[in-house]
Amino acid sequence: MSDLNQKVQEAKAQLDAHAVEIVKWHFSPETGSPFWLDWAKEAGWNPAEEITCFQDIVAKFPHFQDEWLRDLPNEIWRPKAYDGKPFSIFETGGTTGMPKQRIGWEDYKIDYSAFSETLSDEHFPRNHYWMMVGPTGPRRLRLAIEHLANVRGCSCYFVDLDPRWVKRLIASKQYDQARAYMDHVIDQATTILKHRSVSALFTTPKLLEAMAERKDLIKAGIKGVFCGGTTMDKQYTRFLVEEICENQIGFVPTYGNTLMGLARHRPFGADNDYSITYHAPQPRAVLRVVDPKQTENLVDYDTWGRVELTTLTKEFFMPRFLERDEAIRRAPWDNDPWDGVAEVRPFGAMEKTIVEGVY
Amino acid sequence: MATPHIPCLRLGDPYVSLNQIEVTDYRDGAVKATVSQVNAGVIRRDLERMDEARAALCKFSTAELIAIGAKAGEIFLNGEVQIGVDGETQSPEQYIETLSSTSGLPHVMVKRNMDKIHYALTHMDVVLNGLTRGIDPAILDAGVGEQFGTQVCFYPTSKALGLVMPSNSPAVNSLWLPAVALKTPIIMKPGRDEPWTPIRLIQSFIQAGCPKEAFGFYPTDYEGAADILNRCGRALIFGDKSTTDQYANNPAIQIHGPGWSKILIGDDEIENWRDHIDLIAGSIADNGGRSCVNASAVVVPKYGREIADALGQKLGPVKPTTVDDPEAKLSGFANPKMGEWIDGAIDADLEEAGCEEMTAKYREGDRKVVTDGGTYLRPTIVYCESFEHPLSNREFLCPYASVVEVPQAEMLNQMGESLVVTAITKDEAFQADLLASPLIERLNLGPISTMKISWDQPHEGNMFEFLYKRRSIGMAA
Repeated sequence: MSDLNQKVQEAKAQLDAHAVEIVKWHFSPETGSPFWLDWAKEAGWNPAEEITCFQDIVAKFPHFQDEWLRDLPNEIWRPKAYDGKPFSIFETGGTTGMPKQRIGWEDYKIDYSAFSETLSDEHFPRNHYWMMVGPTGPRRLRLAIEHLANVRGCSCYFVDLDPRWVKRLIASKQYDQARAYMDHVIDQATTILKHRSVSALFTTPKLLEAMAERKDLIKAGIKGVFCGGTTMDKQYTRFLVEEICENQIGFVPTYGNTLMGLARHRPFGADNDYSITYHAPQPRAVLRVVDPKQTENLVDYDTWGRVELTTLTKEFFMPRFLERDEAIRRAPWDNDPWDGVAEVRPFGAMEKTIVEGVY
Repeated sequence: MATPHIPCLRLGDPYVSLNQIEVTDYRDGAVKATVSQVNAGVIRRDLERMDEARAALCKFSTAELIAIGAKAGEIFLNGEVQIGVDGETQSPEQYIETLSSTSGLPHVMVKRNMDKIHYALTHMDVVLNGLTRGIDPAILDAGVGEQFGTQVCFYPTSKALGLVMPSNSPAVNSLWLPAVALKTPIIMKPGRDEPWTPIRLIQSFIQAGCPKEAFGFYPTDYEGAADILNRCGRALIFGDKSTTDQYANNPAIQIHGPGWSKILIGDDEIENWRDHIDLIAGSIADNGGRSCVNASAVVVPKYGREIADALGQKLGPVKPTTVDDPEAKLSGFANPKMGEWIDGAIDADLEEAGCEEMTAKYREGDRKVVTDGGTYLRPTIVYCESFEHPLSNREFLCPYASVVEVPQAEMLNQMGESLVVTAITKDEAFQADLLASPLIERLNLGPISTMKISWDQPHEGNMFEFLYKRRSIGMAA
């Protein structure tokens, strides 16, 4: 057996054991959450006993409905083991009406501490300053980035962008207002860069581009950029690396959200046409690329399919949530011996125009 | 020849994008080229370098650039130019065949468009003389000088000329050609299905000695197109009303939308209408009816039904032939859905009372036909009782016109804006009204085809006045 095959088998075994442990946790009266305990009663089977591996989750659980996170009270998701501990409430989406909410305690710290291990000191120097320019507000991301900076001995400046407002402006065709708002955000960010010493940025691709149009980021002292939030196709990634970061600033694309945590990328560049592949922080989260019409089936490697996320932590269990994204399924590699998702874009992007916003 | 890849040009340097599209034969879908598609950021970065591009052009005098343009015209018409990133070249015959196969234009029309472009390039001195109203080119080089007994001084209004080009008619490229002699770099988004003419022109210019930095060729998306329009300083956009309306009040953007060109016959000439049927039919149908200078309405004080019937007899039988037929009159649709949409739109509006199609009985068959895999629309003439009818003042990408009966005294009140009006009348009072009308961009007095244009008198915007402004100047002795 090759080294990689060996690693793949070990990772699978680790995932199976973790899946069993997490399902037992959420479906046991001593530790589980009211939502999942009630769910099991209605479903008429006991996951705590019947789930013996990760594949059982795929075979036995339906897709998680994210409306549950909007319609049901937060405390219904609290595992009994966390009784008495106040939780953080993180929101996702919510352009209009009630947003979806996920509760949590330490998950984001665990996820982002682990992610810190993948960052180089050259591009993300320790004991310095970061700046986040992007959605803060009720999102997990704001605390997560600050934690990530803190883990590396850094403090972080924040410039907020409210994506809900941007989406409303675009939906009502107020493009001038959207542009003015983006300029307002960039004004604040470049002011910080002018008056403070910052070595690392977290932002979205569009905001990064807009900042670079106003300020020479290399001269401003930026050494690393940690970027996510909207689609980065191959050409756009190449443009960001070659022309915005000028092959000098470390460019770290990420894929993540409030429900998953943070998927890290594997090496990319001119030799693979800047195709970015992300790997979930397995076993805490699992990304599958599935056949949209038969979602229990994976698509073949190097084939497009819909992204499905399963989150497996003691704070939150979310089986088989169908993301609003599609991606190419990629094979495991040495550092992440499980499937990856590549060239992520909005689901159905080839069939219809999808506005992701100016941010 | 292997399928060429047409790269983006960034200040003249080829750039192969990781995003590419295919340009295909309108009949069988065979891939004729792949074309690099760049993200808007690439354009925005390059716009920061327009001073370099202009400086490269300013090393030449206007007279030298006119001479380079004339040489480029010869190369464009007769030469072999590089077309692909791997050194693939293209002969004039290959240009005609390839453009025909992706645009649907028959060879004879491509050749006619080529000739127009060649004429514009080889007569740029005449064109500039007309645009500048006789300003000495040396004054343009210096920016200041004395002419007509007065001091004149000009300054450029923009760092570049942005162009968002259409796919439907190669000769529209002649509109931007004066910009090169006027030392203004070009930032162009070519039409989705027509990269051929722009890239052949640009390469002809470069081969003729024009600095490559003058040319930005950026196949791109909507965001890129919007940046070209909004960030160059001056730009031209081509498209239908829904596309161009959003720029209607922007003086930095020159709109080339529908022409709604017309032929008017006065009371004094209406009894002679039969003498003008060939001229009217040619104005409607030449160049496949695709130009903004094609007549789309014939406005007459009487005999409307008879005139429409005569045009129907003449144009109704016209049908698609082969692309290499020297007598071919119709163009195929690069996008068959466009043909289907137009066909459906005409039929839907014919349902409304007050209108009758006059070509149908002479056509023997449907308006929309599919021949050798290509979709075509055969000529359509409708008689409308008044301008109230929705088909009375419409323009479609095919030989189409309405014939509308309106009293002469009401014609100018009812006809709306028109790019070209040919007025067949000797009535001096009517001519005076026409000359005074702000609704007409180009006026032909007498039986002149609407298709006839004058290179030294722009019918739609003056490129010199668009790219330069006169400034008052005082200079110490």
